[in-house]
Amino acid sequence: MKMTELDGLYALWYREFKVFLREKSRIVSSLFTPLLWIVVFGGGLGSSVSLGGTNYQVFIFPGILTMTILFSSIFFGLYIVWDKKIDFFKEVLVAPLSRLTIFAGKTLGGCTDALIQGSLMLAFGVILGISYSVQMVALVMIFMLALASAVVSIGLIIGSFMESPEGFNLIVSFLVFPLFFLSGALFPIDNLPSWLRAFTTLNPVTYAVDGMRGVILGMSTFPVMMDLGILLGFAAVMLGIGSIAFSRMK
Amino acid sequence: MNEFSVAANRSFGEVVIETSGLAKKFGHLMAVDHINLSIREGEVFGLLGPNGAGKTTTLSMLATLLKPTEGTAKVNKHDIVKESDAVRRSIGIVFQDPSSDDILTGKENLYLHALMYGVEKNIREQRIREVLRLVDLEDRADSRVKIYSGGMRRRLELARGLMHRPKILFLDEPTLGLDPQTREHIWEYIRRLADQERVTVILTTHYMDEAERLCDRVAIIDDGKIVALDTPDQLKQIIGGDIVRLRIKNPKLSSIKELPYVVKVEQTDGFVMLTLKNSSAHLQEILGLVGNAESVELRTPTLNDVFLHYTGHEIREADAEGGFFERAARARSS
Repeated sequence: MKMTELDGLYALWYREFKVFLREKSRIVSSLFTPLLWIVVFGGGLGSSVSLGGTNYQVFIFPGILTMTILFSSIFFGLYIVWDKKIDFFKEVLVAPLSRLTIFAGKTLGGCTDALIQGSLMLAFGVILGISYSVQMVALVMIFMLALASAVVSIGLIIGSFMESPEGFNLIVSFLVFPLFFLSGALFPIDNLPSWLRAFTTLNPVTYAVDGMRGVILGMSTFPVMMDLGILLGFAAVMLGIGSIAFSRMK
Repeated sequence: MNEFSVAANRSFGEVVIETSGLAKKFGHLMAVDHINLSIREGEVFGLLGPNGAGKTTTLSMLATLLKPTEGTAKVNKHDIVKESDAVRRSIGIVFQDPSSDDILTGKENLYLHALMYGVEKNIREQRIREVLRLVDLEDRADSRVKIYSGGMRRRLELARGLMHRPKILFLDEPTLGLDPQTREHIWEYIRRLADQERVTVILTTHYMDEAERLCDRVAIIDDGKIVALDTPDQLKQIIGGDIVRLRIKNPKLSSIKELPYVVKVEQTDGFVMLTLKNSSAHLQEILGLVGNAESVELRTPTLNDVFLHYTGHEIREADAEGGFFERAARARSS
């Protein structure tokens, strides 16, 4: 990679990061929904339900962590639609940078946003009485990064095809809610009816939830390393498709 | 008119842009219809025409943002289709709509641009200061673009387009919607770039004054075709004289038409338009012959007259609609 490409990569990341820091509302709004889930839904149901000896609120915590990453990552693709609208993207496209660099810069920016939000959510776990070790935090971070890079790619791929924010939102809603609800974020996946089990097994997000639940709470359906392997594979595929989508973009 | 005498004496370098049969079709619409152009280094070249004439499309193709349907062009000796990366390194472009990020400050936008266009690290800071001074935005450099006025935004865009010292600068309607003072400023600045820095400037405009004041050569473009191309002075020569506009009832025109210095006589509801050679010497005689005129207006021809001469309509007529359709067609095919 040439020096200018690296500079360009840094520029694209720098821009996303600056914007993220300045648009405080982005952080607040993207943490609001997960917090509502964990506090109200988890707290309400948790007052009478526990799963495998774990309080329900704590049980869904890894799922809500996944939700934070999932939503903020996929909606990151929306900003590329906005960039097109304000013509900022034209300025980027006309720059002497390869399309791959543009995709990589955007993905890095999106992953940074998602990881910051994920970390804030992770810290919230302390309030729920979860205690972390350094290894745990490191491993959860790797899970979050793998999930973020896959889902940011999906968001960017969709964003690269869409001309309007409304269209983007429509498509993403059809995608993001099934991914979330069929991931076992809110329920254990061991004793599901077979049709539901089929869906959750096929859903890559399941392995993020399962893996993080394994790391944080020590309860998982699959081995944690298998979860991580599947998730990394999913990320690799999405990053690949994303770079192809961007290189074809005019 | 000092500027024009300067313009006439200016010498241009080698050909830096050459198009051959460059064409772009959006659906059924031939937006750019096989254009052939040759532009030299240091020239300020204007594409003059109404909205929807194909100016922006032409610019977008030269800047490698759009692929031509037919034909091609060489920009700085690089083919726009086959060597688009090399083309992008030689050019700067300022879009019609502002494309800075308004959450960032002016300076941050410039910094990003410097990074993306490979401006060397050790000269970045200096270059940023330099262009900020050029467009007179030094004291607003650290404000967010969100609170800039329209003129300031445009100046920032210009500054950005110049940061990496492009050989060729494309400007799409550089002074659209700006106040006269800012326009004047920007014109001076563009002129200086071409004269002192030898930057070749290709701009689109539908402002006659902009084309006349700023451009060394102007291509009049209508319906995707170049209908005339020359220096503004030469273009106006085609009219063949000055224009006299008379408000008059029952004009006696038959005797006038025969006079050797009368180039053209036109009559439209209540008005007579005459094109006269050496008008000041003959105006008296004309007024004597034509009858009682209520008002007389004598003026030198403008590019608007030239445009009218070639296309049969004024530049403003095709405005909004043409632009809209071109844009709609472009949005669909991209």
